[in-house]
Amino acid sequence: MSETQVPSQDDSPPAGPVAAPHTSPVLAFNYVSIAFDGPPVLKNISFSVAPGETRVLLGPAGVGKSVLLKLANGLLRPDKGSIQLFGEEISSMPEEQLFPLRTRIGMVFQEGALFDSLTVRDNVAYQLIQEEVPDDEIDVRVRQILSFVGLERTIDFYPSSLSGGMKRRVAIARAAIRQPELLLYDSPTGGLDPITSTTIIELIIKERDVHQTPALLVTHRLQDAFTLCTHYYDQEKAAMLPLPEGQTNTNTTFLMLDEGRLIFDGTIHDLVHSQDPFVREFLE
Amino acid sequence: MATISIDRTAKQLVLTIQEYSLFAWRAFQNLYRPPIYWTDFLIQSDVIGFGSISIVLLSGFFTGGVLALQSAATLSAFGATAVTGRFVAITMIRELGPVLTGVMVSGRNASSMASELGSMVVTEQIDAMRALGVDPIRKLVTPRIFACISMLFFLTIVADAFGIMGGAFVTIFMNHQDGTQYFSMAWESLRWPDILQGLVKPLFSGYIIASIGCFYGLRTTGGTQGVGRATIQAVVWSSVFIIVADFFVTQILLAIFVT
Repeated sequence: MSETQVPSQDDSPPAGPVAAPHTSPVLAFNYVSIAFDGPPVLKNISFSVAPGETRVLLGPAGVGKSVLLKLANGLLRPDKGSIQLFGEEISSMPEEQLFPLRTRIGMVFQEGALFDSLTVRDNVAYQLIQEEVPDDEIDVRVRQILSFVGLERTIDFYPSSLSGGMKRRVAIARAAIRQPELLLYDSPTGGLDPITSTTIIELIIKERDVHQTPALLVTHRLQDAFTLCTHYYDQEKAAMLPLPEGQTNTNTTFLMLDEGRLIFDGTIHDLVHSQDPFVREFLE
Repeated sequence: MATISIDRTAKQLVLTIQEYSLFAWRAFQNLYRPPIYWTDFLIQSDVIGFGSISIVLLSGFFTGGVLALQSAATLSAFGATAVTGRFVAITMIRELGPVLTGVMVSGRNASSMASELGSMVVTEQIDAMRALGVDPIRKLVTPRIFACISMLFFLTIVADAFGIMGGAFVTIFMNHQDGTQYFSMAWESLRWPDILQGLVKPLFSGYIIASIGCFYGLRTTGGTQGVGRATIQAVVWSSVFIIVADFFVTQILLAIFVT
């Protein structure tokens, strides 16, 4: 069904996360299937996300990428198979027990999903407010994370006065404020112009290389996926820079879905050399 | 084909009842289980209570007035217009005050709850809330139910009072009868069971309005059209259930307080 992952032929990047240690995966799907009043949306999906690893889930629109992401933090439940999150089986876990687990994950939704009746500050600090963190500490942490995404000025704005790209950046800030143990990105650049998309990808790379947060990123944009693999964040220069010619980030690997099936699981090297007709068509 | 359609509709109905029962039970359990979001409760109390006061006040006043007009016309045939006050007070307090307030508040608030939560569903805000580790039922539904029950209780008292005043206005200024007689008849005829009956009903109505409004809001599907559908269903079913519940509560209370 899926290609066997082979070790990367590329050299290590000069900056960014170190190779993922052989510890238990942060997230693991085992033969997961789900259907909604019709044919299965996902069929026998198996893959894992190791600590420090960024997995990019590729596929055309409507193949079940967002569904897979929602299964990953228990927003949806599979019909078959099991999902382990931080070592705990979540596919049959009661909703009440899922809430504390979800606080350890950051999720960026396709359209941001910001609370439109709350300011940027209250959106970003939503979890902290629920945990009754003192206001002074909230202000400090919100300003810190907003400066990380370059939106410190918007702290008192409402989401309605932000552009699409700014909303995604606020959503990233909201997802990252508690330094989660896993980040889930649902098409973070979907519907954005190329310049804004690059800004968002830069933030994702920054989060990956600065905090080494494992992530599962859904996208149908190949250029974003390749940028993630071929760039790193330079903290001294505070900018995203390309890796030297021929080098890629070994901790960023790919998955590809087609008609609900996982047809590819491997590195960028495996991806570009894949002989699978669908992968070839997608790449070309 | 028709059999399949009936079968599907019946299954859908059973599923909806099952889902609502589970939802209502979970929301009810949260009423006394911490954490209770007091700030959200106060905000909702303001929205439901203060926000609905004008419609409750006007509908109560004019219902009382209409009752006085109709009863005076009928009672005059028996030379009994003096008991208008008694008729208006008992009808308002036992029946029309609670039911009418429930239906008016349902029209205003069940719709607003369904559309607000429905919009949050279609823009993935509810999923975002769950993803942030916050229970939407505890955060959004329970404060609304809590606020709706408590505010409907007070709004019913307001409606009763303004209903009696509306009756008094018609009796004094339009039917040119004695106001003192109207009020003394109203006061003397009232018994504790009447007042109790009138004040128990809004507790049920409040629960019905908020739980049905939130239930239909949270199960919204199909984008903005779905929000519209959820709003209509919330208003229709909460209004119907208020009257159905009123029937059963009246039966039970009449059996308890035999008058």
